[in-house]
Amino acid sequence: MRFYLQKIVFYVVALWAAVTLNFLIPRLMPGNPVDIMIAKMGAAGQPITAGTRHALEVELGGSGGSLIQQYGAYIVNLLHGNLGISLTNFPEKVTTVIGQALPWTIALVGMATIISFILGIGLGMLAGWKRGSWLDNLIPVTTMFQAVPYFWLALILVLVLTRVLSLFPYAGGYNVATTVPGLSFQFIGSALYYGFLPAVTIVISSVGGWMLGMRNMMVATLSEDYIVTAEAKGLKPSRVRMTYAARNAVLPSLSGFAISLGFVVAGSIVTEQVFSYPGIGQLLFTAVSNDDYALMQGVFLVISLSVLAANLVVDVLYGLIDPRTRARS
Amino acid sequence: MTSTLSVTDAAAPATTGGTRSFARLLPSSSPKLIVGLIIAGVVIVWGIVGPLLVGDPHAISTNAFAPPGPEHWLGTTQVGQDVWAQIAYGTRGSLVIGFVVGLLATVLSAFFGVLGAYIGGVIDEGFALFTNVVLVIPGLPLVIVIGNYVPQNQRGLFLIAVVLAITSWAGSARVLRSVTLSLRNRDYVAASKVSGEKTWRVLAVEILPNLIPVMASQFVFAIIFAILGEAGLSFLGLGANNSFTLGTILFQAYNDLALTQGAWWWFVPPGLVIALFGCALSLINFSIDEIINPKLRNQTRASRKAWGLTADQIQRLEKEDIK
Repeated sequence: MRFYLQKIVFYVVALWAAVTLNFLIPRLMPGNPVDIMIAKMGAAGQPITAGTRHALEVELGGSGGSLIQQYGAYIVNLLHGNLGISLTNFPEKVTTVIGQALPWTIALVGMATIISFILGIGLGMLAGWKRGSWLDNLIPVTTMFQAVPYFWLALILVLVLTRVLSLFPYAGGYNVATTVPGLSFQFIGSALYYGFLPAVTIVISSVGGWMLGMRNMMVATLSEDYIVTAEAKGLKPSRVRMTYAARNAVLPSLSGFAISLGFVVAGSIVTEQVFSYPGIGQLLFTAVSNDDYALMQGVFLVISLSVLAANLVVDVLYGLIDPRTRARS
Repeated sequence: MTSTLSVTDAAAPATTGGTRSFARLLPSSSPKLIVGLIIAGVVIVWGIVGPLLVGDPHAISTNAFAPPGPEHWLGTTQVGQDVWAQIAYGTRGSLVIGFVVGLLATVLSAFFGVLGAYIGGVIDEGFALFTNVVLVIPGLPLVIVIGNYVPQNQRGLFLIAVVLAITSWAGSARVLRSVTLSLRNRDYVAASKVSGEKTWRVLAVEILPNLIPVMASQFVFAIIFAILGEAGLSFLGLGANNSFTLGTILFQAYNDLALTQGAWWWFVPPGLVIALFGCALSLINFSIDEIINPKLRNQTRASRKAWGLTADQIQRLEKEDIK
């Protein structure tokens, strides 16, 4: 019970922290966002009337009352699913705008991460099983790709594959001219075609980490006594490799999977920018460059919540794969 | 994880006589380590000395989008600035960010990871919970949001470094905690407590030395993370004000349409410097890993080939190995 209690406390605190952080950041920063915006509007030559300040205050949700009252209002709004109105997409609600962008990112980042994870775990397993083989010697090369900035790799791919060779389209999520979003083969095919290059970028720059982690765990696991026992019993090497070694070696990678999602989302923000991909990252960037505070806060909240949700899924899966976690409770 | 922690007991055969105990903490020299150290060293020295040797990176000229040539080694930008000079300054900026963040993140992770685990009880639970919460809150989006709220003229290099450090220490702290927890209950620590050593001395003399390889590897990793994070941030136009980093060069190159102009000399080199430096640090990390985890250090096929064995003998050895 203690184990589950700890987990529940963790998720409650994490959820609260994400929500509160979202509330506090604009209020803790030097200067008042309203002042900043008025200064920016003034610099841009837009007219500023007496009503402007009030309108901005309402728009930013910072209107009147003590900090605690504001916090209360913020939580109530949140529970109603009200994240405010997007300034850039006026008069769309923030929730609608995010709702349109979210499926793109989940599909792109989700698929790319899962492919990269499976590929990395598989290759890492083989590399650890046969140490010193060509695959094992490949690992330093893949870690080099990991040290490459995501977006720079994206720029290079764009240059080579869309400018020089023109194999792929270089911007957008699907062919706007010939297809309409919907559940048609044409649209899905177009989306896959357009998403290929961003996905490849994410896979290339993240597969090395999985490979290295899995390989090292595999090497460590292979020197355990129970592996010797399994060999001595005369089990088939493939069985020793999969059921005895790999199953145990994959556990740390699996728990790292959830944590890495945060990094992947972060990396894909910039990648989406390069490919003009209509996802959350692009949205966050639009919000940031247009001082759309409500949208910015909403996007941050959604990203935090998605990462938390992914963590929850991995935690549940972990309990299924590693019986010891269940035994402890 | 405990199995990986026989840290110094089973360390590499010491190569030097005099400072034996210290030498055992150092990575044994392997090709990986040497190559890593050389590349990292060249980049660091270039970051320090480079800006003194090149011209003004801001100086504009009429020679726009010039390809690499004898006059401009790496060509020029859209307004005729020398890319080679920009890279020199950018490397320095990125390295400064990297090292400041690496240091801050290591200190933070040591504080929350080691101290909490050593004290134990409620404080440990609290620290661990805090660490895990920070870990799941996505870093870069947070940095982007914070970066945007700070007015541009107040967005200095140091502020960016602090924000990056705040979002990057948690992973290391979690590892340090689990290592400390296993060290704390070792007999030799109990013995030193019984013999009346003060708490700070137990921490600093008995526990910390065993954590050094882990922390060194985390420090190296934090540097890579920081350089990449800063580059991403700058690429979105949210970097430090009035500073030159490799990220800001990429930002300018992208926004001034270097891509459409085919001016590869403008945006390929900055990323290449980051990649090279990151690769060098990874190579160094491989060597540190082999100290932390002696199991990674056994003979490999490659080393056996060096013994001049036949393919048959190697196969037989491998059979014995794959237990």
